[in-house]
Amino acid sequence: MSGYLEGVLVLLAINAILAYAAFLPIVAGQLNLGIAGFVAAGAYFSAYLSNEFGVPPTVAALAAAVFAGLIGLIVSFPLLRTRGIYLALATFAFGQVVQATILNLNVVGGAAGYPVREFVGFGVIGAFALAVVAAVYLLFSTRFGISITAVSDDETAADLMGLSVRGLQTAAFTIGAAIAGLAGALYAHHFSYIEAQNYTVLFSIYIVLYVLLGGTQTIFGPLLGAAVFTLLPEFLRGSAEWRYVIFACLILALMAWRPQGAVTVDLVRRLLRNRRPEGERA
Amino acid sequence: MSSARPMLALDDVSKRFGGLKVIDGLSFEVAASERVALIGPNGAGKTTAFNLITGAYPVDSGRVLLDGIDITALPARKRIRHGLARTFQNIRLMAHLSVIENVMITQATHSGAFTAMLQPVNLWRENRWRREALDVLAAAGLGRYADEPTGALPYGIQKQVELVRALLAKPRVLLLDEPAAGLNPAETDALRERLEMVSRSGIAIVVVEHDMHFIGAFCRRVIVLNFGCKIAECATGEVHAHPRVREAYLGSESEAFDVEAA
Ligand SMILES: Nc1ncnc2c1ncn2[C@@H]1O[C@H](COP(=O)(O)OP(=O)(O)OP(=O)(O)O)[C@@H](O)[C@H]1O
Ligand SMILES: [Mg+2]
Repeated sequence: MSGYLEGVLVLLAINAILAYAAFLPIVAGQLNLGIAGFVAAGAYFSAYLSNEFGVPPTVAALAAAVFAGLIGLIVSFPLLRTRGIYLALATFAFGQVVQATILNLNVVGGAAGYPVREFVGFGVIGAFALAVVAAVYLLFSTRFGISITAVSDDETAADLMGLSVRGLQTAAFTIGAAIAGLAGALYAHHFSYIEAQNYTVLFSIYIVLYVLLGGTQTIFGPLLGAAVFTLLPEFLRGSAEWRYVIFACLILALMAWRPQGAVTVDLVRRLLRNRRPEGERA
Repeated sequence: MSSARPMLALDDVSKRFGGLKVIDGLSFEVAASERVALIGPNGAGKTTAFNLITGAYPVDSGRVLLDGIDITALPARKRIRHGLARTFQNIRLMAHLSVIENVMITQATHSGAFTAMLQPVNLWRENRWRREALDVLAAAGLGRYADEPTGALPYGIQKQVELVRALLAKPRVLLLDEPAAGLNPAETDALRERLEMVSRSGIAIVVVEHDMHFIGAFCRRVIVLNFGCKIAECATGEVHAHPRVREAYLGSESEAFDVEAA
């Protein structure tokens, strides 16, 4: 595999994982603009474990997911007391706090960045990405899937129907944080160098965009969104500095054309319906 | 009312919204498998009474008892586990779930919360949760809508989906807020027959309804609210002769209270 192709595939896999990190809270009705904070926490935690204690990177990455998930669980208690735009602002603030904390942590290099010794290649990262997609697919095939949708559709009715609104929201936020931590760890071990300056709110917004443009109604939306966001700028490489302008225009067009996201329940239903009669004829 | 312990009891319940006393010292009892109507002019506090019973709002004072257990302090989501299920006057189905997914929400009410969440209800189509939900939907004549999104369905169908959702919680007390509103006479008759079956299985039913034909045919006992106060409680046949009820409805636009027809 060429270096360029591997680089693109790695980004694709990591972006897909990131998209699911954003997908879980979004499906629960939470706009989490602090994802970058969880990504950073996972990246630095995993790098530190492998640099300082010689923990194998795959184990360190899993530990980083647990670590980011724990942070998510803890901060969810104050954060999820807020709603809507206030939750977006509170998670944004959380991201800033994480970034500022790392900048002041000299043990992981502070503002100078942090080199990561152990390397993982596309094989491992791709396998993790597949595992995340499979896990999210399974999770959304359970009662959790319909319950979390119910909670974001109508909290009051969900509560009266016996669902634990707070428990479900906390679970979605926490699992999203854990997935974000995993993505951060994999990134750190592949690119061998991380710096806190990268984990800005813009980073979080990009990830949220993958999901919103891909579509939040099915679990395939985030995957498509991540793929388009990763691959399209590469295809537009020919047009040099204009490629981001074209890219941004395409995003606007997509938003106007499919405000519910590219992949919707309706679309999936239509595709399935068209396929079934053909299958019967065969 | 029987001498047995009531299934549902309200004891001197009151509720204010701002300065307005919306429920004023309301007390009543409902026995197991009883069918009771809660009626009153628009704004009388009927829906609010349901909201207080189910815990959508806290009461200001008074107690709500279910099968003798004081549930006044219980959060709403736990009340359904004690056997209290309801439908809504302004339909509240989940817009992003299909009909069958909507009704499956209440299905695991009596299982442990954690294990319930991990039940693979959508992993493959043939599973016992889908089957159970489909059976109840089919019994209500809604089988063919199972995989439809709820939003596009006619109002009357949506009301029935809500009823199925409530029934899947296996309640002991069913609170129905205007179940016949928006139904045509044939649909209303079908609803009544279904509710009679539900009632025969021992479930107590409290119906808020403006359709006096429906109430006359279905309920034995009527509780009448006006401005949050209980102004009458009597057998269905006697309600139209009750002076305070006539007074409350006098001048109100509600032609639904066509006393002779009931
Ligand atoms: N959440 C609330 N906040 C403020 N006032 C409320 C609230 N809910 C109900 N009310 C008021 O309480 C009174 C009773 O309303 P409620 O909905 O219980 O009446 P109802 O008997 O169900 O009437 P209808 O037959 O029109 O459904 C009304 O004056 C209403 O405006
Ligand atoms: Mg009402």
